[in-house]
Amino acid sequence: MSDSMNQQSGQRSGQQPGQPIRFLLNRTEVTLTEAGPGDTVLDFLRLGRGLTGTKEGCAEGDCGACTVLVGRLHQGALVYEPINACIRFLAACHGCHVVTIEHLRGQDGGLHPVQQAMVDHHGSQCGFCTPGFVMALYGLWMTHEHPTVVQVETALQGNLCRCTGYEPIVKAALAAGHAGGQARDALMQERAEVTAKLQAIAGSRADVSRGDERAIVPADSDDLAHVLTDHPQATVVAGATDVGLWVTKFLRPISPGVFVGHLMKDVAVADDAIRIGAGVTYSEFVPVLADHFPEVEDYVLRIGGWQIRNAGTLGGNIANGSPIGEMPPLLIALGARIALRKGDARREIALEDFFIDYGKQDRAPGEFIETIVIPRKGAALVAAYKVSKRANADISAVAAGFRVLVEDGIITDARVAFGGMAGTPRRAPAAEAALNGRPFAAETFEAAARAVAGDFTPLSDWRASADYRRAVAGNFFRRFWLEQSGAAAASGMPVRLQRAVAE
Amino acid sequence: MKHDHDITAATTTLPDARAGTLGGTLAETPHESAPKHVTGRADYTDDLVLPEGALHAYLGLSTVAHGRIRSMDLDAVRAAPGVIDVLTAADIPGHNDVSPVQKEDDPIFAETEVMFHGQPIFAVVAETRDQARRAAVLAKVDYEELPFVLDPLSARKAGSLVQPGMTLRRGDPETALAAAPRRVDGRMVIGGQDHFYLEGQIALAIPGEDDEVTIFTSTQHPTEVQHMVAHALGVPAHAVVVNVRRMGGGFGGKETQMNLFCCVAAIAAKKWHRAVKLRPDRDDDMIATGKRHDFVTDYSVGFDDEGRILAVTGDWYARCGFSADLSMAVTDRALFHADNAYFYPDVEVRSHPLRTNTVSNTAFRGFGGPQGVIVAERIIEEIAYATGQDTLAVRKANFYTDGQLTPYHQPVENVILPQLIGELEGSCDYAARRRAVLDWNARADASGGVIRRGIALTPVKFGISFTATHFNQAGALVHIYTDGSIMLNHGGCEMGQGLHTKIVQVVAEAFNVGVEQVRITKTTTEKVPNTSATAASSGTDLNGMAALDACNQIKARLVAFLCEAKDAEPGEIEFLRDHVRVRDEVIPFSRVVQTAYLARVQLWAAGFYATPKIHWDRAAGRGRPFYYYAYGAACSEVSVDTLTGEYVIERADILHDVGRSINPAIDKGQVEGAFVQGTGWLTSEELWWDDKGRLRTHAPSTYKIPLASDRPKVFNVALADWSVNAERTVRRSKAVGEPPFMLGISVFEAIGHAVASVAGYRECPRLDAPATPERVLMAVERLRSADTP
Repeated sequence: MSDSMNQQSGQRSGQQPGQPIRFLLNRTEVTLTEAGPGDTVLDFLRLGRGLTGTKEGCAEGDCGACTVLVGRLHQGALVYEPINACIRFLAACHGCHVVTIEHLRGQDGGLHPVQQAMVDHHGSQCGFCTPGFVMALYGLWMTHEHPTVVQVETALQGNLCRCTGYEPIVKAALAAGHAGGQARDALMQERAEVTAKLQAIAGSRADVSRGDERAIVPADSDDLAHVLTDHPQATVVAGATDVGLWVTKFLRPISPGVFVGHLMKDVAVADDAIRIGAGVTYSEFVPVLADHFPEVEDYVLRIGGWQIRNAGTLGGNIANGSPIGEMPPLLIALGARIALRKGDARREIALEDFFIDYGKQDRAPGEFIETIVIPRKGAALVAAYKVSKRANADISAVAAGFRVLVEDGIITDARVAFGGMAGTPRRAPAAEAALNGRPFAAETFEAAARAVAGDFTPLSDWRASADYRRAVAGNFFRRFWLEQSGAAAASGMPVRLQRAVAE
Repeated sequence: MKHDHDITAATTTLPDARAGTLGGTLAETPHESAPKHVTGRADYTDDLVLPEGALHAYLGLSTVAHGRIRSMDLDAVRAAPGVIDVLTAADIPGHNDVSPVQKEDDPIFAETEVMFHGQPIFAVVAETRDQARRAAVLAKVDYEELPFVLDPLSARKAGSLVQPGMTLRRGDPETALAAAPRRVDGRMVIGGQDHFYLEGQIALAIPGEDDEVTIFTSTQHPTEVQHMVAHALGVPAHAVVVNVRRMGGGFGGKETQMNLFCCVAAIAAKKWHRAVKLRPDRDDDMIATGKRHDFVTDYSVGFDDEGRILAVTGDWYARCGFSADLSMAVTDRALFHADNAYFYPDVEVRSHPLRTNTVSNTAFRGFGGPQGVIVAERIIEEIAYATGQDTLAVRKANFYTDGQLTPYHQPVENVILPQLIGELEGSCDYAARRRAVLDWNARADASGGVIRRGIALTPVKFGISFTATHFNQAGALVHIYTDGSIMLNHGGCEMGQGLHTKIVQVVAEAFNVGVEQVRITKTTTEKVPNTSATAASSGTDLNGMAALDACNQIKARLVAFLCEAKDAEPGEIEFLRDHVRVRDEVIPFSRVVQTAYLARVQLWAAGFYATPKIHWDRAAGRGRPFYYYAYGAACSEVSVDTLTGEYVIERADILHDVGRSINPAIDKGQVEGAFVQGTGWLTSEELWWDDKGRLRTHAPSTYKIPLASDRPKVFNVALADWSVNAERTVRRSKAVGEPPFMLGISVFEAIGHAVASVAGYRECPRLDAPATPERVLMAVERLRSADTP
């Protein structure tokens, strides 16, 4: 998974540590004065608190066995979302309510409706993944009284089960939804109390250390700017869906870690552009897309599982600089710009210029991405495509964003960007040239499909061979034409696989 | 006989007691641990509270695919924070070997030569797991790198077998092939598969007094762990106790693979006299432990113009990894299933278990069978495309009929496949849907449509029994305590398959009590010795019969006691729900037990079972390796995107034979789960080694098992409720763990069908497995370019 900003060092600053991390764990208020930036919630639960119901399956956010709910204040309201405890750092829980499987119960103290449905429908076999499934389904149940099959599947993209084939779990999810009881649920009844407790923590800075390692949770983005000025080599941690793996898989030190996932959450829609805070998660971005770019909502829902989308941020996905991140190709195609901040100085650049080379981005020490500015669509035709071995929750072998403006039958502005085809996410100049100024016609897109082969020299690796990448890159142009021209609609034959299940 | 307690004192009347077999067999009893699973209170090995002062071990792995160790500098490892010390081959008090077949080719720690990238060469022991893990990567090992082979075809050239191959032959296939009106020769490449059990490998060893050690682990084979640990420590088997309460999935990946982890933990525990836990990270688990075998198979088939098979020959070349492990038995089973459900009049099939410089391949659900079955189905496809027929028609023309001989000379009896196929064909509306698929593709042809459809109905016939005949035995221990509660132990292990639930049901039904009255506890070598692995789908067949034997012994004693106490005949005694009726008296079960105890009747028994009728002569290639066959069939329909090679399963219908089901809900769960796992094997799950011999798909971020959204959009699964095992199995049920795995082949063939449509079905699509979107797109392009001269 790709997310979060990088750079590292062990430099100490003049600021005073010792402001504790504070959060709620089930019914307990936790105050930690000693913690390292790489301490994970999962280890804290299992090793520190003996809460062994939350399991470690992969320690990289891909299997969901460690799923817990995290409640946080978002625009004043308390929202609960499933996340992966294995790659959620403790420091990022400052001001949150962490809810584990041990907290779940029914009205009578027995099984919760989600748990009861899992028993009734034989939703567990070996049972190891089950607490994680229950927590993801709990998160769904809280917000969807009568979920559709597709909503259930979407909620479960981050949970692997190797035993059941999922059928009984999906049935249990549907049954739990119908069983109802949301208003009487413990988290609903405790809501006011929990909100008050989190409000008391909100807006406070945390600054803790263990030995030489230090974790700082800035109070707000101005505080962040100052912290990064003092610690220009800090590891900036947003959703930690990638930095988490630096710690759990590569055992890399990330101190000082500066945690920003709770910051830069604003979304402002203006006539010319939409300004998205860098800390907006994929899940928070989806409703914005649904309003303004509904054509690509399905593309974003193929990023990670639900837990990853609840953690990973747009800013992180960009700052990480990965050549296979899903957001950059789409955002570059849309003509996005990013606003970077260092101290009180700000600058704005085109997103495509941010990616200099593999592993090298246009970001100075101490600088951070604050805002992503996406021009409104206007009359442009927009699409985003990706291929991966598995349709969902798989890193793309090839991803592409298209933004094509057609005036009087002529393509006047084509922007097409690819991920997975080079060391950075990049536009396809030859293909764009084959489109620009040409008639909006099948032959034009056929020419672009051929031209794109000259734009890239992709690699062969475990995700795909170079030949496949090239073939698919070309076919994306053919798909764009089929979809946008209406040619396919006339024949009554679909142009894409339908993943939705008829209800 | 005189009693202190009057047995009639608590007599009650219970008019409908006879109706009560609720919770016995045939009931959809939930998994015995289900409430614990859903609340997080089911303890797995990593959840157990550690003894005071427990240490943690971590493995150091080789970083080359093949090499001689010139020197190993572990100073930095020893000096790392929290480290107690390291263990190398020199620290093993007994044997440095965990070969399950006594080949002495499977060292715990490589000593002078490493045979694959990721092979354990030492362990570090530290106060915490994090410290041990961080220390392990500090080792400096200098290798003299040696040439290596990774894939079956290079291995064939190198020519090293891990164990001898097998040949099955009947008739004169050379002559029959030469005489056949038509002939096809082909090659199929079949990928392996990682088990991806959600709970990884794990061992906790607690030292005892003298030479004793107790292991808590997650193995399918506690007895083998017991022997391996005993050998590694150089102590008798009676010094080692192995306990397994439950596994978080096994699928064959914990049949032999846990041996090494348990040995390391036990050696460390004895050395420092502290409890030691060893749990690798998921990536190390996937790199260092074995997987399903990859195969390359060359086949030839002779057939007539109607598509009837006349002769088959074939060679199965298997990637076995660096050591024998179970590869001989696995490759044998590939040949045992090279016919799947079809009669080959003249046949010779040969296996080649090849040594490669990769992790040693091991058991995985189906145990080689799937790699035999899928080639049989490829042969059917070849004939169908060559003769322009529906693959189902070719299948029907070649099904076994009663009494025909398999390539291993076992007659196929009680053939129920035609009935099963006929029923499924009707219930899934195969003929009409196939026409609709052909029509869809014709319209796509006409309009340039990019989404193609495909449909396939494929069967499975799977032989049940360990092919090593001596493994087909089992034991159980049943205690009735004086309050009437029952404790059950048997030699099988619970890995999610519902084995414990089913055997609790068998015992509850035997005494006609509720399942809540029967408690099953951890599997332990202390209670039932000399067990076989919980494998080969045999868990319920073997252990269920052993438990029933124990129940019957106790029941016989209770009946004898009641006959004497009540002056009754055995025929006058009946076990009613929670009661026993003696003539007109109905006595609570607990009262019967209590009084029997006071009369000094033994209320526990050890049961035993050995499967009858089976025998096997490998050298001759003849015998009856299987007690019976389990059958099933699936019809899958897919849509394929010819621009990307991606696909979705539109619908799957399954009809599966489990004989008389002990628990239809659990059996259905096995069928659904196996189907999806089998589909994963053939679609998105790809093992990929780089040119240095490093496995690069070693975590769920890169190795993609199916998700909920990958299962069929419409999924109709039914059990053939009319089927009763003709053999005298427990409640006349049939094994269910492995056979439905092969139903995933229907999806694979349906994808091929959609691909073939781009060239008018004139050419067999010859997809290799797994059919990743990449392979599918490349097949589309291959067929298109071949079709347009």
